[in-house]
Amino acid sequence: MSPLRRVLVANRGEIALRIIRACHERGIDAVAVYSTADKNSRWVQLADAAVHIGGSPAAKSYLNTEAVLAAAIETKADAIHPGYGFLAENAEFARKIGAAGLTFIGPPPEVIERMGDKAAARRTAAEAGVPIIPGSGPVADVDEALGAAEQIGYPLLVKASAGGGGRGIRPVASAEDVPEVFATARAEAAAAFGDGTLYLERALTQARHIEVQVLADNHGSVVHTYERDCSVQRRRQKLIEEAPAPDLDAALRDEICASAARLAAHVGYRGAGTVEFLLAEDGSFYFMEMNTRIQVEHPVSECVTGVDLVAEQLRIAAGDRLSVTQDQISLDGTAIELRINAEDAENGFQPTPGDLVRYDIPGGPGVRVDTGFVAGDRISPFYDSMIAKLICWGADREQAIARAQQALRELGIDGVPTAVPLYLRVLDNPEFGKGAVHTGWLENWLS
Amino acid sequence: MSTIKAPIPGVFYRRSSPDADPYVEEGGTVAVGQTIALIEVMKTFNEVKADASGTVRTFLIDDGEEVSMGEDIVELDGAGRDGA
Repeated sequence: MSPLRRVLVANRGEIALRIIRACHERGIDAVAVYSTADKNSRWVQLADAAVHIGGSPAAKSYLNTEAVLAAAIETKADAIHPGYGFLAENAEFARKIGAAGLTFIGPPPEVIERMGDKAAARRTAAEAGVPIIPGSGPVADVDEALGAAEQIGYPLLVKASAGGGGRGIRPVASAEDVPEVFATARAEAAAAFGDGTLYLERALTQARHIEVQVLADNHGSVVHTYERDCSVQRRRQKLIEEAPAPDLDAALRDEICASAARLAAHVGYRGAGTVEFLLAEDGSFYFMEMNTRIQVEHPVSECVTGVDLVAEQLRIAAGDRLSVTQDQISLDGTAIELRINAEDAENGFQPTPGDLVRYDIPGGPGVRVDTGFVAGDRISPFYDSMIAKLICWGADREQAIARAQQALRELGIDGVPTAVPLYLRVLDNPEFGKGAVHTGWLENWLS
Repeated sequence: MSTIKAPIPGVFYRRSSPDADPYVEEGGTVAVGQTIALIEVMKTFNEVKADASGTVRTFLIDDGEEVSMGEDIVELDGAGRDGA
């Protein structure tokens, strides 16, 4: 491994800009890639070089491994940062980068593969002594599924082995639903992920989504930067995240975080990753999945620990040691992130492309806005609907919430609908105020 | 002759997955309510259902191309909107 001089950023939007900033802070050149639709984007202008890699649909550009790799070689980049989504968890892509003599900024391909296969990830977690949700191995047909379901108990979830990010999951209330759900889920998984393998898992109700940020270098150091609570979700998509998890017992926090670090060490992890858990009402917690990349909600961890996670990714990729040891990492205050998406919350959260006719960005103490857009930009139909992330830090949770409310009121977006009015109601809600809402809370409250 | 228009903007697909057969071939027949294509908008897939019946003369948008809202996507011969 050698120092990084030039990093190609294989992503778009706010995370592309986030990585460009981290590169520049460390004296590293950043190369942007862009699709036709993103030609005049903010992050393309701020990069040191930029390469057009294809047409607007992601399959022709940001998912085009050959075009991305060719751009890296052409611009003499020595590493590729994949961001999140797109090629971030594509082991084959990571392998190709290595074969071309470049560095993939992420874990080794074998680790991506192992943790990306949900059934293999469960086995791995169990090996590492991390609790897993009662469930089955792969089930081949309806009869096997019924047999396994009998053991696990209802309600349960049918999950696609190749799924992730909340996709490829279907609930089953009772035995009579098994045949139909199994058939539909298998067809869907085959179509969506190219792999129809399914397994079953007990459905935990009223559980919280708690995830732990981990970092691992090439010198044997594995640390965590504590947890995030991402329980405010709709259809398994996170909307509001915070760190640390509110109202979490200190001993339980330590136990969950230690489990995540243990799993990362066990798989030979490198780079930044996230271990996701479900925390049941009785305080039991279970491994859900591991995301082998930087996550959308990483800034809340940065705000409460002072650790720059993207800078650490760059250090690790260059072969340097982590800048911190576990005992130097502590929590300070609370940070809340609100995802500002171009979605019509009044109309089933329908993603809605459009032009940012007005885009007034909030500011003030403790307010961080990560966005890849400026006023006048188009939020195109080709990519995800996220416009910005508002991240608000406070010395305590009350201050973080108050600052988030002010930031939402300052945010002025015309041209596309957003969930800002809904978020203001959530932040004002007494149950949210008490903390510790579960993953079904928002949908229950909305209906 | 009539056309079916894109109900939303996005990326147009004629099949449910890259390896699947097209929902309907040119020369094939469609009935009202039948799924004829997908439009992906911001990572969500929306089925396009025929609002007329008839025989597909030609698709006006290629698989994987961008489509605007209201753009004609398919021409039908012998079309009817009575559900026949």
